[in-house]
Amino acid sequence: MSSDTHHSGIAGLGGEVLEHTEVKVSHCYQCGKCSAGCPLSEEMDYPPSVIMRMLQTGKPDLEDKVLRSFSIWVCLTCEMCFARCPMSIDIPKMMDFLREKSINEKKANPKAKEILAFHRSFLDSIRFTGRLYEIGLFVDYKTRTLKILDDLALAPKMMKRGKLNIIPEMIKDRSGVAAIFRKSNKKNKN
Amino acid sequence: MTLGFYPGCSLKGSSREYAESVLAVAKAFDINMEEINDWNCCGATAAHNMNKELSLALPARILSLAEKQGLTEIVVPCAACYSRLTVTKYELSKDAALKTVVTEANGLEYTGLVSILNIIQMLDKYITPNLEGRVVKPFDHKVACYYGCLLVRPHEILKFDREEDPQSMDVLMLKAGATPIDWAFKTECCGAGLSVSRTSSVGRLSGKIIGDAKDRGAEAVIVACPMCQSNLDMRRDAINSYLGEKVDIPVLYITQAIGLALGLDRKALGLQRHFVKVSV
Repeated sequence: MSSDTHHSGIAGLGGEVLEHTEVKVSHCYQCGKCSAGCPLSEEMDYPPSVIMRMLQTGKPDLEDKVLRSFSIWVCLTCEMCFARCPMSIDIPKMMDFLREKSINEKKANPKAKEILAFHRSFLDSIRFTGRLYEIGLFVDYKTRTLKILDDLALAPKMMKRGKLNIIPEMIKDRSGVAAIFRKSNKKNKN
Repeated sequence: MTLGFYPGCSLKGSSREYAESVLAVAKAFDINMEEINDWNCCGATAAHNMNKELSLALPARILSLAEKQGLTEIVVPCAACYSRLTVTKYELSKDAALKTVVTEANGLEYTGLVSILNIIQMLDKYITPNLEGRVVKPFDHKVACYYGCLLVRPHEILKFDREEDPQSMDVLMLKAGATPIDWAFKTECCGAGLSVSRTSSVGRLSGKIIGDAKDRGAEAVIVACPMCQSNLDMRRDAINSYLGEKVDIPVLYITQAIGLALGLDRKALGLQRHFVKVSV
């Protein structure tokens, strides 16, 4: 894949995207369909087509803004942009790469604090029990964000309907799952 | 007959009525659903947002366990789990080096030979051929079939139905006696993973979906994903405040609607667990 990078002549972050995801930012011709179809573009600092353009320029300051953007975190990976792209550019796959790089370089947008806290609480829950423990997730998320009052009314309503387990589902091979986390975190600093 | 079953975390907790209705419908057609032993969470949105290797290793462990158990076909009712498992199978099939990294992390054998069925594929393959003769109480309502994102996209990998204006659920509901409506939000995103961290976004996105279903006269929204169901049902207060009115259209899993058409017990289908009262 490194030869592809060479032939495409893309340096910088666009080249890294190509190397790690095979997504070619150079193929975007700015039709804007991704931004038009994106359900979250109005909440983004840069809509998807603008992210593509920023990466095409190869300018380090714009690449830095991409990694520090709120857009990459509010993106839901709904895949609408990819479905509508006339050049079949896999933007969601690129977003996954940008998010991981943004965390590793400690550039995650401060506005994404709650979104990241949720992901971290979610993964922590799986790391320890193998399956998601919803009460544990809520408590851990609230501890991380101090959003104590949010959704407080929801829990008893869920409980009444038998939608919350008091006792977590624990798998037997928890050490196996913990090992997966350990091994995949070696290359990843989150 | 026996099919492999991967319930996923939601179906054991906040969306247990989905599992109840899947199992009830399967039982009505003498299908034994064999759960994968000691399965783990697929990693969902959190894993693929944070760590690529983890997002592939967790689903690969599930597929390896299914192989070990001798299951050749597994049913994955949650659209998000279905997406993660299918994407993993696809990624590992085209990248041998990645497959090595992932199987080493898991310490389990992986051949990638297990077939993965979403709930619509399972119903189409094993239930639909005999459905019409079994309908005792036609689900005689106008329904908005809501597919969401992950059941149909990315088409390049899932190769299931159309990515916009899909039809498979509509056809199924027609056979169950319903009248599927034509509407605009079949595959728009409900807000999914932002449910807790950005509830207002979910209110807006899910609000548009419920709003369009209501404007076009739907009496029920039919779904095949626990995240879609939770957002459209449990987040109804946020939706109603976005819409500025009280909308009480219930949101049923497709297996609940089919179960009702088969004359199955409402409680066995978990209808009492919904936030928005199921009056249909």
